[in-house]
Amino acid sequence: MAEIVGRSKPLAVSPLKTSQPLGASLAVLGLNRAMPLLHGAQGCTAFAKVFLVRHFREPIPLQSTAMDQVSSIMGADDNLIEAMKTIAEKNRPAVIGLLTTGLSEAQGTDIHRVLKIFRARYPEFQNVRIVPVNTPDFSGCLESGFAAAVQAMITEWVPMADDAGTCPGRRPHQINVLCGSLLTPGDLEALRELIERFGLHPVLIPDLSDSLDGHLDAEDFSPVTIGGTPLSAFATLGDAAATLVIGPSLYPAAEVLESRTGVPVHRFDHVLGLDANDRMIMTLAGISGRTVPARLERQRAQLQDALLDTHFLLGQARIAVGADPDLLHAFSELLAETGAEIVAAVASSRAPVLARTPLSQVRIGDLEDLEDLARAHGAEMVISNSHAAETADRLGIPLLRAGIPQYDRIGGYQRTWIGYGGSRQLLFDMANALLEQANHGVDPYHSIYSRKADSRQEASHGAAQAFANSGRWH
Amino acid sequence: MKTSELAALLNEPACTHNLKSKSGCARPTPGATAGGCTFDGAQIALLPIADVAHIVHGPSGCAGSSWDNRGTRSSGPTLFKIGMTTDLSEQDVIMGRGEKRLFHAVKQAIDRYSPAAVFVYSTCVTALIGDDLEAVCKAATERWGVPVIPVDAAGFYGNKNLGNRLAGEAMVNYVVGGREPGPAPVDPARPGLRVHDINLIGEYNIAGELWHTLPLFDELGLRVLCALSGDARFREVQTMHRAEATMVVCSRAMLNVARKLHEQFGIPWFEGSFYGIGDVSSALRDFARLLGDAELNARTEAVIAHEEARLAVELTPWRERLRGKRALLYTGGVKSWSIVAALQDLGIHVVATGTKKSTEEDKERIRALMGEDARMIEDGNARQLLNMAREYQADILIAGGRNQYTALKARLPFLDVNQEREHGYAGYQGMLTLARQLARALENPVWGAVRRPAPWTMLQEARHG
Repeated sequence: MAEIVGRSKPLAVSPLKTSQPLGASLAVLGLNRAMPLLHGAQGCTAFAKVFLVRHFREPIPLQSTAMDQVSSIMGADDNLIEAMKTIAEKNRPAVIGLLTTGLSEAQGTDIHRVLKIFRARYPEFQNVRIVPVNTPDFSGCLESGFAAAVQAMITEWVPMADDAGTCPGRRPHQINVLCGSLLTPGDLEALRELIERFGLHPVLIPDLSDSLDGHLDAEDFSPVTIGGTPLSAFATLGDAAATLVIGPSLYPAAEVLESRTGVPVHRFDHVLGLDANDRMIMTLAGISGRTVPARLERQRAQLQDALLDTHFLLGQARIAVGADPDLLHAFSELLAETGAEIVAAVASSRAPVLARTPLSQVRIGDLEDLEDLARAHGAEMVISNSHAAETADRLGIPLLRAGIPQYDRIGGYQRTWIGYGGSRQLLFDMANALLEQANHGVDPYHSIYSRKADSRQEASHGAAQAFANSGRWH
Repeated sequence: MKTSELAALLNEPACTHNLKSKSGCARPTPGATAGGCTFDGAQIALLPIADVAHIVHGPSGCAGSSWDNRGTRSSGPTLFKIGMTTDLSEQDVIMGRGEKRLFHAVKQAIDRYSPAAVFVYSTCVTALIGDDLEAVCKAATERWGVPVIPVDAAGFYGNKNLGNRLAGEAMVNYVVGGREPGPAPVDPARPGLRVHDINLIGEYNIAGELWHTLPLFDELGLRVLCALSGDARFREVQTMHRAEATMVVCSRAMLNVARKLHEQFGIPWFEGSFYGIGDVSSALRDFARLLGDAELNARTEAVIAHEEARLAVELTPWRERLRGKRALLYTGGVKSWSIVAALQDLGIHVVATGTKKSTEEDKERIRALMGEDARMIEDGNARQLLNMAREYQADILIAGGRNQYTALKARLPFLDVNQEREHGYAGYQGMLTLARQLARALENPVWGAVRRPAPWTMLQEARHG
């Protein structure tokens, strides 16, 4: 439905987009005992590491093939092999995510071939699982890199049902959940609890709520991830009763999973707001054959009440949203439910979901575009990542921080947006932001004839004089 | 960038790393590498120049994940905080449209943001596909009438340090000497005072710490023509050739700038540090010495005497609180001894210090401060640092931001002394901040709470035991 307006200017100013290799790294960080390896110059890794550390406030395992001037020209296959060997030896990971960058892709690397050479040369590292993913940073964004990595994991590690003898429903309580990059670790925790309420056992892929939820572990240091989806889980996906996929960017990955296993897929664009959550609950009730717990009915009634309480503020509120496509789409649907209007919508990159987003127009661009659109259309609030803090400042309107990165607040990664409860809190927060900013009614009008004594004083004596005289008035 | 030019930069003759057999700029190991690339280093070195439009010419990974992440501060323009990149697409790379996009990108930046100048940084992909940065910048300068400066420092050229040098080189080659400074303003309170012009190189105004030392220079009658690059303006960089003395602050990264200013304009220079009382005082004395002005000399001694006396009083309560605490220090180069001295000033026992980026000369100074058997950490990964902290019973790890969460996860107090830090420790005043932050880290009640196991686990152990 939405018209997609492409990029029209040569310079991106205040970039909204985060790169594909970073998104793919994030997906790999949701696996247990994992190490993402970026095939590029050492800066590709250093930047991504600092970025993720600042967002999650956690140590982040991430390595580099450290391409230099010579290997960039003469070929960097040896760097790649040496890097995999070094990591396998030194860090003993269960899995390495082998991810390309703009540099190695422009050079023309063939990571699949190099991986074969590595396997042949070092059979002793056979037990280290390696997933190669092509993620140049001159296309896509964080979301597409994340999705590419999840799809590669499924292709690499989920066996075909015929070969492995898996059978949908053999594990009647297991639910596979493909979790898109729009979900936070806090969301994943809420999702797990929700699914468990129906007596089901969720397998989250990837599971950032187990690796990057910010918990103090008994272990004081680990060179690889602590927690996350265990590799062994991938072999069981074919026996699950159903697969849920959340986030349109993961629909292609879900299709691959379905075609390999035959496990039926239930697609959710997001889990924000009343409609989406109703559908989620109905799906879970259907899969489990259980009745919906009374507690959830109560939470639903609470969300309905919040819709009423906030509608005075959110109805026709003018909102500007800048995000990756899935998150932008999620907010568009939620805000449509509340009667708010998105007057400026900017996505970091193109994606099929944008065509069916309930908006008249989506621009592919940066935060400068968002700022211009917001100003032109009188936006009252910005929803975007921490980079938009200055944007909102210049516009003089509040910012609701959503997406990645969030480095100027603590705990952004842990916020729960989804579910009836998360959606309710989101409504409250948006309404409160508008309330604080609210211009309460009509601006004072100073009549020419019926002047107030105080304004006449100031007009004839000036503010300084009025201040000097103020002692006498009291 | 030609290989010969790179080699010349790697062999910086003023750098003491290069006097020894071992090269200071070692190659990174694939799979076991920490630290930024050359582009990172160049960007760090120049980004604090506040009124410049900094354009990163490359795909989204370079600027997209690095813009707006430094603690450097400006007293005026905020243009430097706006991330700009040509954000190359796959089609741009394949069809070779990078140069054209860059040319128009420069125009867009000039039209909308009216920068004093535009700096264009190359990146791996644009270097690999062969975009001619210098030609585009030259054409853009002529066409749009604003200085457009190429900073050819693609990531794969090497490490961060090389990037610092390339950035400095670009300033010397394209910017310095572009303008004459105006006469120094007259302080009405001291009308006859002879004001000297100086440069600070490698001072990035992290957390605003330049503003701890700037009042001292005002007091002394020293005009900082340019701090490269903390809170700097393009116009200031243009006048650096007129300074009478240069200080290279706490970093060897841009030694080449100091050396070239000396070779080309005869400006004497020295290396110093603003961390610790002793080092601040000796930096001020070095300026007085190089400038050879008896009156300045007298003023310098007066300021030092006054400041040191003030600190002796104000630091007393802090010294009592911090005395005998044990610190493990892991930071690079000059800071490896400069911070040691500062910590010792506060009565803290430094159990070991990192020497990864230190030269033999640095190590000599460490031995002088910590004794002959000073423990030095050549290359500390996270695991080693934690083991050492345990072995030497350190109360606190003092290091760069990348080790912050390593320490916290191990329930070890931590203080950030590198570029992401949020507090300025430079100058006399910085010592008080340092003392306060150390006490804040060490004395916090959370350390007890996070080390305490859940009460029921003890209960269960007692039952099973």
